[in-house]
Amino acid sequence: MAGPRTDHHVILRVVAKPLIPIIALFALYVHFHGDYSPGGGFQAGVIIVVAVVLYALIFGITPAMRAVPPVFARSLAALGFIIFAGVGVWALIMGGNFLDYDVLFNEEPGGHMGQHYGIIAVEVGVLFAVAGSMLSIFYAFAGRVTEIKDEDW
Amino acid sequence: MMDWILQIAPAFAEAHAPALLILLPMLAGPIAAFLPGGGRVAWGMTVIVTGLCTLLSLILLAQVRSIEGGAIISYAMGGWAPPHGIEFRIDALNVLVLLLVSVIAFLTSIFGWPTIKAEIADGKRAMFFGAFQVCFMGLLGVAATGDAFNLFVFLELSSIATYVLVALGSGRDRRALPAAINYLLMGTIGASFYVVGVGFLYAATGTLNMADLAVQLQDVGGNRAVQVGFAFILVGLGLKAAMFPLHQWLPNAYSYSPSFVTAFLAATATKVAIYALVRFLFSVFSLDFAFEGMSLALILAPMGIAAMLACSFQAIFQADIRRTLAYSSVAQVGYMLLGISLGTAAGVSAGMFHLINHALMKGALFMAVAGAVLTYQGARIHDFAGLGRRAPWTMTAFAIAGLSLIGVPLTAGFQSKFALVSALLESGWWWAALIVVFSSVLAVIYMGRILEAVFFRAPTNPHKEHGEAPLLILVPLWILAIANIWVGIDGGFVYGLATDAAEALFIGGAS
Repeated sequence: MAGPRTDHHVILRVVAKPLIPIIALFALYVHFHGDYSPGGGFQAGVIIVVAVVLYALIFGITPAMRAVPPVFARSLAALGFIIFAGVGVWALIMGGNFLDYDVLFNEEPGGHMGQHYGIIAVEVGVLFAVAGSMLSIFYAFAGRVTEIKDEDW
Repeated sequence: MMDWILQIAPAFAEAHAPALLILLPMLAGPIAAFLPGGGRVAWGMTVIVTGLCTLLSLILLAQVRSIEGGAIISYAMGGWAPPHGIEFRIDALNVLVLLLVSVIAFLTSIFGWPTIKAEIADGKRAMFFGAFQVCFMGLLGVAATGDAFNLFVFLELSSIATYVLVALGSGRDRRALPAAINYLLMGTIGASFYVVGVGFLYAATGTLNMADLAVQLQDVGGNRAVQVGFAFILVGLGLKAAMFPLHQWLPNAYSYSPSFVTAFLAATATKVAIYALVRFLFSVFSLDFAFEGMSLALILAPMGIAAMLACSFQAIFQADIRRTLAYSSVAQVGYMLLGISLGTAAGVSAGMFHLINHALMKGALFMAVAGAVLTYQGARIHDFAGLGRRAPWTMTAFAIAGLSLIGVPLTAGFQSKFALVSALLESGWWWAALIVVFSSVLAVIYMGRILEAVFFRAPTNPHKEHGEAPLLILVPLWILAIANIWVGIDGGFVYGLATDAAEALFIGGAS
């Protein structure tokens, strides 16, 4: 029992392990229910990051950075931004104004497909952007190494 | 007069110019941040995007000027008609700001590469250009939008990107970090004040669209909530514009940020905030409200004059050239506020005219300083001694812009100061006109100190070689320097733009 990998946080680890996927799943629930109930891309993005932050708190920042690399987080943020603006460009190409969901699928008047899928696509962009930036901010603070070494004081 | 632009421009660009102008840097920013090639590719992309934005602003200018008295272009985002949806509303006033921001962004991004290469680490350059594009997009958005809350969003976008850009100066000077944090705190307070003010207006009127707010406020009248909202907005935007007692963030942010950022910010950031202030003072609120007339006469005018005097004095006692120029920027903001505080079409147009000219001269001055610092890592006056002989092209352009800052005849600065003094005399503020002249004398002293060292003193360390700035810096620098002379000799075009802008505000306005 008293091996080299003893740790007194065993309960935390055991409890956290099943929680992390559930948190991620709940984020998706909040995301896709965003158009019927409170929620949406922003909240879902924050909840997804909570799963990663919990992982980092329990298992350490280095394994977390291995699982979700900082460069991935940054790219995710940029990708989200581009998805959001890309839906706007799509509307422009289809002949409408910027971000005009009505024209996305060339529907008959009265059709709501465009509004429905347009907002979901934009929210995916928000989800990516928020999750990416939140995680980058967390990594920036948590992964900070002190520039002045202790011996130098 | 500018109809030929409308004839050659593609119809798609004309129909969607307000959206495309924001959209290009919005898309390019996140892409540029991940481009390989040590920043070179990202730089090329930045130059192309800012160039395209300049063309789009020209299209907008041609559209606005196609009708006598100035057309108003309204673009409904997402197809939701204003006042409920977000509207981009371009008139003679903000097309001027859009054009100014995109031209300066284009010139500074051409100029930027040699300084970026020298000052920013390899791996950070692509991200730097990404942040720059976001900042650029935010400034354009503030100028283009017709929605008070949307303005806040763009203001924050540009500010957050600016904090990052200023902090990146830490590669050259560690003091960039405290400067960035200081700017962040002050800027956030300013933005919060603004959004609180907008909240009060929303509570009083139930609308966020600026044109609609103007109508609704007439009905509501000057009740307490509206007055409080006005005060919050004035202070919030005043902080962003570096209005006199709220300017403490500016000198450090300008002196320690990368040269490229300094040149860009000095010519655009405070200008856009002043635009927003003018938009609220004369377009959303109007001079009908007694509290507004009072605040113009009792707050804006004294603060403008205090800035002109106090900051010009502070500029005289700085050893670092960038700090001298930064304090002088606050003083010049004072001139603009003084013009605006007159509350007449002539005053506002003089303020806007000085706003453009100041962007031309400060852009040129900071570019020349960047060129000199590039070859020799010191920006104190003492380091610049004898530079006139070593780098005649760089320093001649510096001198032209410096003379323009003083307000010597045949330069842009003279034209706008003349317009300001005329507007002051027209309103009977002869004492303020005297202060303008006195403050110009102070400008003679602080610019004279620098020019004397540059041209008449021997180099302090003759063994250290100062070189001419590279061509990429010289070309945009001279474009700005020649623009200073051109506006100084034939100011008709630019003055016309400023007058149109002021008239657009006062048509249907109060007085």
